[in-house]
Amino acid sequence: MNQIKEILNKYPKEEEYLIEILLEFQASKKNHYISSEDVSVISKYLNIPESQVCSVISFYTMLSMSPKGKYVIQVCHDVPCFVNSANNIYDKLVEELGVEDGETTEDKLFTLEITECLGRCNESPVMRVNDKVFVNLTPAKVEKIINDLRGENK
Amino acid sequence: MVNFKINNIDVSVEENTTILQAARKYHIDIPTLCNYPDLEIKSDCRVCVVEIEGQKRLFTSCSTVAREGMVINTNSPKVLNARKTIIELILANHDANCTACPKNLNCELQTLANKLGIDKNRFPTVLEVKPIDDKNPVLVRNINRCIKCGRCIDVCKNIQAMSVLDIMGRSKDIEITPAYGKYLTDEFCTYCGQCSSVCPVGAIIEKDDTDQVWEALNNPHLHVVVQVAPAVRVSLGEELGMEPGSIVTDKIVAALNYLGFDAVYDTDFTADLTIIEEGNELIHRVTNNGVLPMITSCCPGWINFAEQKYPDILDHISSCKSPQQMFGALAKSYYPEKIKKDPKDIFVVSIMPCTAKKYEAKRAEMSVDNVNPDVDVVLTTRELGKMIKQMGINFDSIKGEEFDKPFGITTGAAAIFGATGGVMEAALRTVYEVVNKEELKDINFTDVRGTKGLKEAEVDLGGTKVKVAVAHTLANAKIVCDQVREGTSPYTFIEIMTCPGGCIGGGGQPYGTTSEVREKRIEAVYQVDEDMSIRKSHDNPDIKALYDDYLEKPLGEKSHKLLHTHYKARNK
Amino acid sequence: MIEMKVISKRFGKVDPLSIDSYIKHDGYKGLEKAISNHPSHIIDEVEKSKIRGRGGAGFPTYIKVRALSKEAGKKYIVCNADEGEPGNFKDRMIMENDPHSVIEGMIIMAYATGAEQGYIYIRGEYQIAMNIMKETIKQAKDKGFLGKNIFNKGFNFEIEIRSGAGSYVCGEEFSLIESIEGKPGRSRTKPPFPTEKGIHNLPTLINNVETFANFPYIITIGGDKFAQIGTNSSTGTKLISLSGNVKKKGLYEVPFGTSIRDVIFKLGKGVKDDRKIKMVQLGGASGPIIPEYMLDMSIDFDRFENFDSKTGTGAIIVIDDRFDIFDILLTNMKFFVHQSCGKCAPCREGHIQIVNLLNKFINHRATEKDLMSLENLANVIQQTSLCGLGQTSMTSIISSLRYFRDDYFAKVRY
Repeated sequence: MNQIKEILNKYPKEEEYLIEILLEFQASKKNHYISSEDVSVISKYLNIPESQVCSVISFYTMLSMSPKGKYVIQVCHDVPCFVNSANNIYDKLVEELGVEDGETTEDKLFTLEITECLGRCNESPVMRVNDKVFVNLTPAKVEKIINDLRGENK
Repeated sequence: MVNFKINNIDVSVEENTTILQAARKYHIDIPTLCNYPDLEIKSDCRVCVVEIEGQKRLFTSCSTVAREGMVINTNSPKVLNARKTIIELILANHDANCTACPKNLNCELQTLANKLGIDKNRFPTVLEVKPIDDKNPVLVRNINRCIKCGRCIDVCKNIQAMSVLDIMGRSKDIEITPAYGKYLTDEFCTYCGQCSSVCPVGAIIEKDDTDQVWEALNNPHLHVVVQVAPAVRVSLGEELGMEPGSIVTDKIVAALNYLGFDAVYDTDFTADLTIIEEGNELIHRVTNNGVLPMITSCCPGWINFAEQKYPDILDHISSCKSPQQMFGALAKSYYPEKIKKDPKDIFVVSIMPCTAKKYEAKRAEMSVDNVNPDVDVVLTTRELGKMIKQMGINFDSIKGEEFDKPFGITTGAAAIFGATGGVMEAALRTVYEVVNKEELKDINFTDVRGTKGLKEAEVDLGGTKVKVAVAHTLANAKIVCDQVREGTSPYTFIEIMTCPGGCIGGGGQPYGTTSEVREKRIEAVYQVDEDMSIRKSHDNPDIKALYDDYLEKPLGEKSHKLLHTHYKARNK
Repeated sequence: MIEMKVISKRFGKVDPLSIDSYIKHDGYKGLEKAISNHPSHIIDEVEKSKIRGRGGAGFPTYIKVRALSKEAGKKYIVCNADEGEPGNFKDRMIMENDPHSVIEGMIIMAYATGAEQGYIYIRGEYQIAMNIMKETIKQAKDKGFLGKNIFNKGFNFEIEIRSGAGSYVCGEEFSLIESIEGKPGRSRTKPPFPTEKGIHNLPTLINNVETFANFPYIITIGGDKFAQIGTNSSTGTKLISLSGNVKKKGLYEVPFGTSIRDVIFKLGKGVKDDRKIKMVQLGGASGPIIPEYMLDMSIDFDRFENFDSKTGTGAIIVIDDRFDIFDILLTNMKFFVHQSCGKCAPCREGHIQIVNLLNKFINHRATEKDLMSLENLANVIQQTSLCGLGQTSMTSIISSLRYFRDDYFAKVRY
């Protein structure tokens, strides 16, 4: 709760800071989501309706109201990656993680998502793990990245 | 002036006129869907597109301002095709099982599809059926029928300052729902029903309680009585094909008798009673240093709003029950005594312009025996219209009849309850004469009449000038409530009504309620008042008789038990 | 050499996190020159330069700038860094490699128009660029290039960063404005245009990152000289994001008028594995798909206008002959199904039906009637949608119906 207040106090009580606040809230939480309690606190702080806060969260793909894994893996699937075998990357991730688009692994470590262009088409195919982008991927590279992340959490 | 051409007709309109407005002025029909008078221009549905010469794209006539020299075509093949395609697209993501929809033949989408000659859809359905929200006693939301026009959001946010509804998600998956996708509850919705009033399709609709009434009418053990609210007599006609503002009081009585009610009463009677109780409460508060300003309590949407959003000012609200509930309380106490029946055999139906009344009747405290509700079923104006149609009554030609006794005599003061400012004016007519002990020279308090959102007036009461205010819509209520909360309110007495225009603009009134229609209904309300022989509640001989016969005195012990109530802050 | 490095000339040579490094490489010279002149002079130079917006639509920049300068009272300048169009990475490259050029361009515009508040709206996915821009603003502030009474000229200008949160449509002007205001990115009806009623209904000038990065250069060399670069209708240079099946993907800067073929073959070194080109998509997902025989077309806004699209972002996505036109169209259309804001009916309900129709072709279940339906629906979405998303999303369908019609007929069941 204190952490919440700390974040809020950085921002003026103006509606236009809603998205910034939501992004920072979410980044501060290990499950990458905004709970209904958070919504209520933010709506009171900015004096805007809860329905509006929910509307904003539901509009933007980077915001979520349901918990995600520790690592959110986003694979680009748009044309520049698609023509550079992004399918193989996605398929490899499905094989490694045992989950599909939008799902979270049972150990709550990984969430797999298909995402829009990450603007790294000069190094396609690409994926993002939380804030970090991995480029020029091959299935072998993907396997290593996943194994490394699993290793860090042993 | 701006001069241009529509469909080869030379037109000339004022600056800043939209193409749609200009076309309508010249009787050129451009179909619309999301557009609704009095609400924001949304230009979401794109149905009203027209072709402007020299432009590749089509433009929405609702939002495009006409400019000098434009050459506009409203029905070129390109335009007609685009409109048809858009409606087909909308229909492909809509529960189009029309005969299973309460809005059948009263649906703007259906009408439009018919008008555009759509008898089959080129696109397959993409509808993903989702659960229906019918867990509350008032409103049913069926988002499978929703076409995302945004009118309900607009009315809830901008007119009512509630923002219960908003768009969740994006693209084809958007849904218009409360926060967290929750179902409507009394924790955050006032049930004012304005959303249902503007919904073009059957996505938000009042809960249909007509079956319960049919059942009661067919039960020979029940003595079924009905009360009719002041605002219904100037609006029901519209539901049955008459012009807005038609006064149909005696026809309603006849139709209700025809439907088989054992007695047909007028809520106007308990509106007069409300004035006596509320007027005396006001005088009591003023003379005994009570909590002021006092705020009216007849409007259930406002009471819900206050309990949710202003729990700290509840002691400002008059403790008087609404006329509907005063009637209900008498109908389950005094009335059975009088006609020598067991109260349990009395079934009370209300005809109300309101959806929130359905909720009010279900409040636990609205029960004189603490078991059964005083008012058993509340029907909206629209639901009564439906029953009259089901019964095959020719409303236009039915011969008028009079309300039954013992609640037979009513006054003009009660009649004006239906319009914003009416309760205030009715109260002032009585309070002025009681306090000043002199007859009012002009009983028309025109300052509190009309559709302005916030109105104020000054009245001389016992030598001091007191200020009063009238607010309608919750956005305006918020303004006066904030003053009360902060202790800066300059008023002694405030009337608050939830719906625009007051009850005549209620959430349960016939569809197509626009400011133009509201004006006509208001005009009719004051006509009813003018036509009454008695126009002040305290001059009503039947009210006097009721006190003599049963209640004893205003604010007395019996009154307190039957006619007054209390409010509670909602847990949130 | 077909490359001409103007905007990218400092890439790799300056330390993006050092303002001193930027200054050493002639940074803030344009600003210095700008403020020694009257603001109206800057707008004249921009007009003379004939520069057109680099965000895709290619609207003449000076019209917007002049419109904003004429508005009284509080007004805003916005740098649109919501580069979400698949196949584009030029704005990210500018921000990551030469961030001060963007800030300098914004300050010049602030001085020219009298705006005192600026925003840079960066898509949430560009975390590195965001961090760099934040640091850049701090440094510019420390040097007194931002803040109050800049260069003792009595003009004030502040810049705030706003982050996107995952929404392609926020690159569209009004959606971006809504997002800056903290709301879902759902567009508004035009007119009024942003220069009349933008953020908080106040006048707002929105330009693309690359457009801003051009201003210091225009001021330095003068509008007339700038106008000599490129072609008559399209002046200056263009950053090209080259991706897909080429040997050397990457960012290249060429003068307008350079042919697409030269970019692919001379700069990109041709197609990977020396396969044949099946098609090239220009601009991004909302751009046209053209066949190999059209590659001699030059990079030029007037040529692009034939496609009614945002071709002008400068993305070139090369797709070799292993791919079918429908693979690409379906990928594009699924993108738009996901990215439509849901506000207007043709875009919200139309894209999913386009996907349904494409699937019919892919599964060999389409009839000639479906071909007509597809063509009709694509046109209706393009003609009637509220904002740039729906107005341009059909470009790949419509262009493919023109240039790859046989591919459709090959799938039609008779």
